[in-house]
Amino acid sequence: MYHFKRFAASAVIGLWATTALAQDSITVAIQLEPPNLDPTGGAAQAIDSVLYANVFEGLTRFDADGAIIRGLAQSWDISDDGLVYTFNLAAGVTFHDGTAMDAEDVKFSLDRARAEDSTNAQKGLFAGIADVTVVDPLTVQVTLDQPNGNFLFNMAWGDAVIVAPESIENIASNPIGTGPFTFTDWVQGDRIELTRNADYWGPAPALESATFRFISDPTAAFAAVMAEDVDAFIGFPAPENLPQFEADPRFQVLVGNTEGETILSTNNKMPPFDNVLVRQAVAHAIDRQAIIDGAMFGLGTPIGTHFAPHHPDYVDLLANSPHDPDRARALLAEAGFADGFTTTLKLPPPSYARRGGEIIAAQLREVGIETEITNLEWAQWIEEVFTNKDFGLSIVSHTEPMDIGIYANPEYYFQYDNPEFQALMEELNATTDPAGRSALLARAQTIISEDYVNGYLFELAVATVAKAGVQGLWVNQPTAAVDLTGVSWSE
Amino acid sequence: MSRNLIIGIALTVVFLALAAVSFLWTPYDIEALDIPNKLQGPGGANLLGTDHFGRDILSMIMMGARTSIAVALVAVGIGMAIGIPLGLLAAARRGSLLDELIMRGNDLVFAFPSLVIAILITAVFGASAVNAIIAIGIFNIPVFARLTRGAALPLWERDFILAARVCGKSAARISVEHILPNITNLMIVQGTIQFSLGILAEAALSYIGLGAQPPTASWGRMLADAQTLVSIAPHTALVPGFAILLMVLGLNLLGDGLRDWLDPRIRVARV
Repeated sequence: MYHFKRFAASAVIGLWATTALAQDSITVAIQLEPPNLDPTGGAAQAIDSVLYANVFEGLTRFDADGAIIRGLAQSWDISDDGLVYTFNLAAGVTFHDGTAMDAEDVKFSLDRARAEDSTNAQKGLFAGIADVTVVDPLTVQVTLDQPNGNFLFNMAWGDAVIVAPESIENIASNPIGTGPFTFTDWVQGDRIELTRNADYWGPAPALESATFRFISDPTAAFAAVMAEDVDAFIGFPAPENLPQFEADPRFQVLVGNTEGETILSTNNKMPPFDNVLVRQAVAHAIDRQAIIDGAMFGLGTPIGTHFAPHHPDYVDLLANSPHDPDRARALLAEAGFADGFTTTLKLPPPSYARRGGEIIAAQLREVGIETEITNLEWAQWIEEVFTNKDFGLSIVSHTEPMDIGIYANPEYYFQYDNPEFQALMEELNATTDPAGRSALLARAQTIISEDYVNGYLFELAVATVAKAGVQGLWVNQPTAAVDLTGVSWSE
Repeated sequence: MSRNLIIGIALTVVFLALAAVSFLWTPYDIEALDIPNKLQGPGGANLLGTDHFGRDILSMIMMGARTSIAVALVAVGIGMAIGIPLGLLAAARRGSLLDELIMRGNDLVFAFPSLVIAILITAVFGASAVNAIIAIGIFNIPVFARLTRGAALPLWERDFILAARVCGKSAARISVEHILPNITNLMIVQGTIQFSLGILAEAALSYIGLGAQPPTASWGRMLADAQTLVSIAPHTALVPGFAILLMVLGLNLLGDGLRDWLDPRIRVARV
């Protein structure tokens, strides 16, 4: 009996000790679950959130501030004509299945992404590649059709990570990369588990393991963080609850910027929005600050064009569309809609869209534009709005970095077709000198702002709520990523 | 009149009056957002406070009462307009194949969980107040059909019906002239109960975003909007929550009280 008691006591102490020491694992919540685990084949942001920099790495990568730094390529040389990039790969890199990562894998990954039948969601990133040549196992040469000032940036995207031919078949359910964490388990609808990669070629991460959980409902998210079921919530969905977390010493709140230009997407081919006067009237009817305060509880920066305000090349064009209902009514009258008109407003699930939609509907009503609000789930939104272009207005945040190029694609869902802008983008792609690029980007921002292509609302902010002891999380979201490499627990 | 009936009438009248007044006047315009004035507590310039868009909650409750009552009333109307004739027909042709068909059809509708089907209907045909009415109304049909048939069957055995038949009245005329007046009490009571269930169903559908769409005010959507605000502005959830509670409580007390008051057996005992 005595022995039993002592055994029981030590077992209890043992259990207690393991919980106390269990500070090398973390449970991270994000809003959406990835539909598959192939960043080179799927468009969903959530895939990158879980896997970027953790499981998969590219030739280059984004750091926490959005700068392009070395990835699997330790250095590179660019030929004087800007056409040939020679990448020197890191030595001793292996995939999680034990196979070596070498120049052949790089060639395979890039060729696969740019192939005719590629399902890569960002094929445009690879469009300018003419040829990929293996020089030796640690050197690979990429030849471009024409100089591309964005090439290193393009190679940092989650869609450009390096994969291996040996493991490509099951990548969607069993991702095998070169990163500091290996994929362990995916319980669909619940969690994804990652474990530290003991053979990682770079500095070892502090965490032994990590669990990703998926909570999209704002109320459930609040409850999960309050109950300390999760250690960190990246992209917390209810900004109204942040003051409570800030006041609670158990938590820290990080508010950073994203690449998400939140816009009132306007169907430029659908009357009456094919008339620039009508689009300008809509722009003047919008009160950005009311939307930021009402929908986001103050989080977000007003934008006057489709460009991130924290980017050095951003041009402040808010003066093109100040809130001015009288001006809006006058413009509508000039366009022949003195009595207003009725259109559709189709809203995806995030609260910036649902709440923002109600506010915009009220602001448009003030100048005589009636909107029929339809709330859509993401799948319906992708089908009706993004694919079938069956909408008048919508609200969505475009979270890809440096995505002003979408305005050069007349087939893109808001259907803006301006040859001048398309020529400008081609010129931009062919320009490598930074000053020239800045000037072209400024011109591009100005064109779309003065054409009132979409209603430019605000740059989405990202809020991270974490337990007080978690350190090393990214504050900003230069790309969709939850980089756990530098995350650790303080004592 | 029992005390329950008086409370029921009082609560119901209050909400009907709120809805009626909203046609003429509300304290504030609920379509004009006033965001700097959001989440004000009750008691100030806004009697019941303001919501996350700075809208006056009392005005929202008044407009929401209108939506709730309209949806529930039309839904009950659909149930009665189709259910009662079906029930009368089944009772008149009792034992026939037609009777079987009607009643088994009712069983079929009854077999589906009503709210789930209502969700299905609004999800397929789009979320709107009209589709919510149809979805809720469909499930009122078998309730009234079955109740009508059940109440009409014993009447058909009574002597005054026999007398009418002897006079040569058709089954249809007997149903309308003799059966229907004798089951009206029952229908009113059941109508009141279904009305309260309709209000609950409308709130539930709006809560999950399948009822009336913004900017139409709806108690269920007010609750849904208030979900993440409960801890910082509890009144945004409490006010619509209590509105639903009191309206449904009032209608149930009214229905219960009416049944007791209208039931001839109890009435005789009371006299």
